[in-house]
Amino acid sequence: MTAPLFPLEQIPEAWNNVIAVLLGMGFGFTLESSGFSSSRKIMGTFFGYDFVVLRVFFTAAITAMVGIIYFDYMGWMDASLLYINPYYVYSAILGGLIMGFGFSLGGFCPGTSFCGVAIGKLDALVFSIGLFLGIFLFSEVYSLFEGIYNGHFMGASKIYDLIGMKESVFAALLIFAAIGMFFGAKWVESKVQKVNY
Amino acid sequence: MKRDGTFYINPYLGGIMLGLVLFATYYITGRGLGASGAVKSTVVTTVHAVAPEHAHQSGYYSQFLSDTTSPMNNWLVFEILGVLAGAFFSGALWGRLKIKNEHSPKISGKTRLISALIGGALFGFGSQLARGCTSGAALSGMAVLSSSGIITMMAIFGSAYLFSWIFKRLWI
Repeated sequence: MTAPLFPLEQIPEAWNNVIAVLLGMGFGFTLESSGFSSSRKIMGTFFGYDFVVLRVFFTAAITAMVGIIYFDYMGWMDASLLYINPYYVYSAILGGLIMGFGFSLGGFCPGTSFCGVAIGKLDALVFSIGLFLGIFLFSEVYSLFEGIYNGHFMGASKIYDLIGMKESVFAALLIFAAIGMFFGAKWVESKVQKVNY
Repeated sequence: MKRDGTFYINPYLGGIMLGLVLFATYYITGRGLGASGAVKSTVVTTVHAVAPEHAHQSGYYSQFLSDTTSPMNNWLVFEILGVLAGAFFSGALWGRLKIKNEHSPKISGKTRLISALIGGALFGFGSQLARGCTSGAALSGMAVLSSSGIITMMAIFGSAYLFSWIFKRLWI
């Protein structure tokens, strides 16, 4: 087993930041080429006139998921070494709800706002300044939220364990669900009035 | 292929490309992609430079300070520099480099900027509470089927869907 490469020390640590820049370039190029530097294109997903976010997001998540499961199965990568976000139930839900509220006002998420900044979008630049202020505010009032932040800890939980399903079954269902959503999205787009942006 | 700024790649192709970048990130580093973490490093660095005492005493900043390295010497900070470069290259390739404040014709440019500022602040606040944003929590979390990532993803999209209709005038 040779991967993941850095945790198994297959590449010298000195390459870490070079690789970060290269992977970031791939990330930024793909997001911008898909249209994620435009807030009104992104917001199309919520009004049904352009489902690009839904298509790109779920295709990407599934592609990476299948790659990880396949490489682990073939013995090319030890998936048990991959970092899993710790699951703190209250903060995962409340944080997500607040982010969604911000999304509906701002039209970007952090990664897409940086793509907007890179091509000259002023609204993206102001959104990024807002990000900075919001994170600063959170840090300053952290003690008030510490209980929620650390509440109901469930460890590095996997969703299929949580609902009592086999990984392979859950992954297959997720792929079918995504394909279903892609067809649904096409149908909704054909019904909804076009928006020029 | 038109290069007047109107061309976008096929979204499924974009999704596969993004998925391969995400897979490569896991394969090489053992972790996923991120975005809000780089802003957090900037905030921690700024506060530490302006008020070092305050930063060391704070329950939150102190978690990210070390005696040997700057918080800016962080994988996500370098990754985001790459994102800016990659997006700039894509914008140059498709003819989209242009200073512009994009907004619905129903609202003024000023309204758009105020809502972007408030939206960004809320997104930043929420990303710290949930330990990651759409990239680090939702997308990367979904690739490894983490409960945290998938729950946060559903909360983000569900809440964004609901509030978008409340603030419909801002968009269409």
